Amino acid sequence: MTDISATIIPPEESKGRSLFQLATIRFRRNRAAMAGCVVLFLITIFSFFGPYFINHTYDQVFPSYVTIPPSLEALPKTDTLGDVMAGVASRAKVELKEFAVDGNTFTATVHSDQTIDPRTTRYFDRANEFDDTKVTATEDDGKTLKLSGNVNREYFFFGTDANGRDMLARIMLGGQISLAVGFLASLVSLAVGVTYGAISGYIGGRVDNVMMRLIEILYSLPFVFLVVVLVVFFGRSFILIFLVIGAVEWLDMARIVRGQTLALKRREFIGAAQALGLTDWQIIRRHIIPNTIGPVIVFVTVVVPKVILLESFLSFLGLGVQAPLTSWGALISEGANKMQSAPWLLIFPAIFFVITLFSLNFIGDGLRDALDPKDR
Amino acid sequence: MFHFVLRRLASAVPTLFIVVTISFFLMRFAPGGPFNLERPLPPATMENLMKAYHLDQPLWNQYLQYLKNAVTGDFGPSYIYKDNTIAELIGKGLPYSVELGFYALLLALVGGVTVGTIAALRQNSFLDFLIMSVATIGVTVPNFVVGPVLTLIFAVLLSLLPAGGWGDGSWRFLILPMIALALPQLAVFARLTRGSMIEGLHTDHIRTARAYGLPPRTVVITHAMRGALLPVVSYLAPCAAALLTGSAVVETIFTIPGVGRYFVLGAINRDYTLVMGTVVLVAIFVIVFNLVVDILYGLLDPRVRHD
Repeated sequence: MTDISATIIPPEESKGRSLFQLATIRFRRNRAAMAGCVVLFLITIFSFFGPYFINHTYDQVFPSYVTIPPSLEALPKTDTLGDVMAGVASRAKVELKEFAVDGNTFTATVHSDQTIDPRTTRYFDRANEFDDTKVTATEDDGKTLKLSGNVNREYFFFGTDANGRDMLARIMLGGQISLAVGFLASLVSLAVGVTYGAISGYIGGRVDNVMMRLIEILYSLPFVFLVVVLVVFFGRSFILIFLVIGAVEWLDMARIVRGQTLALKRREFIGAAQALGLTDWQIIRRHIIPNTIGPVIVFVTVVVPKVILLESFLSFLGLGVQAPLTSWGALISEGANKMQSAPWLLIFPAIFFVITLFSLNFIGDGLRDALDPKDR
Repeated sequence: MFHFVLRRLASAVPTLFIVVTISFFLMRFAPGGPFNLERPLPPATMENLMKAYHLDQPLWNQYLQYLKNAVTGDFGPSYIYKDNTIAELIGKGLPYSVELGFYALLLALVGGVTVGTIAALRQNSFLDFLIMSVATIGVTVPNFVVGPVLTLIFAVLLSLLPAGGWGDGSWRFLILPMIALALPQLAVFARLTRGSMIEGLHTDHIRTARAYGLPPRTVVITHAMRGALLPVVSYLAPCAAALLTGSAVVETIFTIPGVGRYFVLGAINRDYTLVMGTVVLVAIFVIVFNLVVDILYGLLDPRVRHD
């Protein structure tokens, strides 16, 4: 996670490496922060590389396994296979005489009053449970067939959703999208908000007045229409999501940084910097922004969950990611609707979401302690 | 200070004007209209409706007409809630939203600052860890999950509190929606307070105050907290504006007749005048609270001067 710290404190870096190195050393010493880094790293690996290790894709539909609760056991369970087979046989309009399961293979004997077309095996393959059905023997002039094939055993550790899609695969995909949105949109709001707030507060006077009125205007605009009009003009695109979210979320950040700057700019060290002939921009960059780092980092840890949840509202309006793609925010809001009948649809995405934010908070606190210019 | 307030109130006029202008045209660029229903209306009816609401005139004329009426306090009729003017709708709903929002704001602010201060004083202790963990969950779990869970526990399982509605406005009806509204904001306040309190407790003037032998309570409350509250106060303005104008999610879950719903319903139904009404409402709240916050800055930290 050193790249986060590098993006937050470019001003420090340009001044001298020793300051940045010092922060790195202090950060490494913070156990909670390092643990947070490890957990966040693991979740990132899980989301981005996990899909290569599971045999279901996020958009694969299992009609036989709709809204299945999570379980460590393989499905279908052996004792329910008989019922499934009876269902398949009646669909194929044949009579099931015998049925036996042996490990991963099954054998069945079916009978009908007329000659059975061998192509009937397709009915058996069509069920998610059976695969590779073959006719092993024909009796009674083709009126009785002996069949054998493989039993498909599927694992749904996190259960399936209302469309019969594997929640594990969907949470991995949701993680990819939510982590990307959370990371990038927060960076946009961080960069814009901090710069804007520091400039407005430091220069003050008429400039501050105009810049703050602009924030009030942006606050008041009807968000839904902003989104809809942007979609109409630019079409649906992933970049638009970051722009829209970033455009809304930097406002609070700018107000907070401006508030800190108003108090900071009367401090002695700023006066000293002015006396030394530093330009306004140098003072903002090297003295104002590093001193606002505390509230800024705390607020970033608040912005990340907001951004991730806002993305699900955008999906609802038709801008965010659309099904079958998904995000943690979308999974959580879908799960919230089925909280009582299928709690796992809410619980699993929520656990990943909460754990991610917990580790982010620890990283944030560690970064704050490491970067605080007052505490050396 | 008096001049400062006057100047800010004067600058509210152009701000409101720009907000109204941008919103008006932004809204009209979005596809759809208030009378585009799923089953299309007969062309004659449509034409009459458009004429009745002056929607058939050029956009520019409509805009000028809207401005002229709005200045006199006439925000027009609602297209969807027939027989109601926007002023009536908002006037009816706003007291509910403001009352609920006020209590939620109070709970979030007092609770958040208290909890955050306790966590800062016991930095890196188990208590600190516990408080911050709960705060993290508070920020993370969205309203639409907290609301139903609260209802399930306190209304359905324990039958302690009503599940929704305003009833006679007694505290029993207010408590669940208040918690659902306040919880995320309380968590933000707690995190902001903790962070700046830890910084504040390490400053020279606090060391001096301690060296004087002032009681710890005085040191924390009258000396450390003043500086530490700056970021909290900064966040107060957007938070207050958001809470007092109601939340669509919470008002829907707890069936509260406030104005929060209109933000979403107005936009979905393309009820242009209703949307404009909510936009003006939010703008006024944001402007007023930003002014209040700027005054508070000066009170908390005398170094902040408004010139």
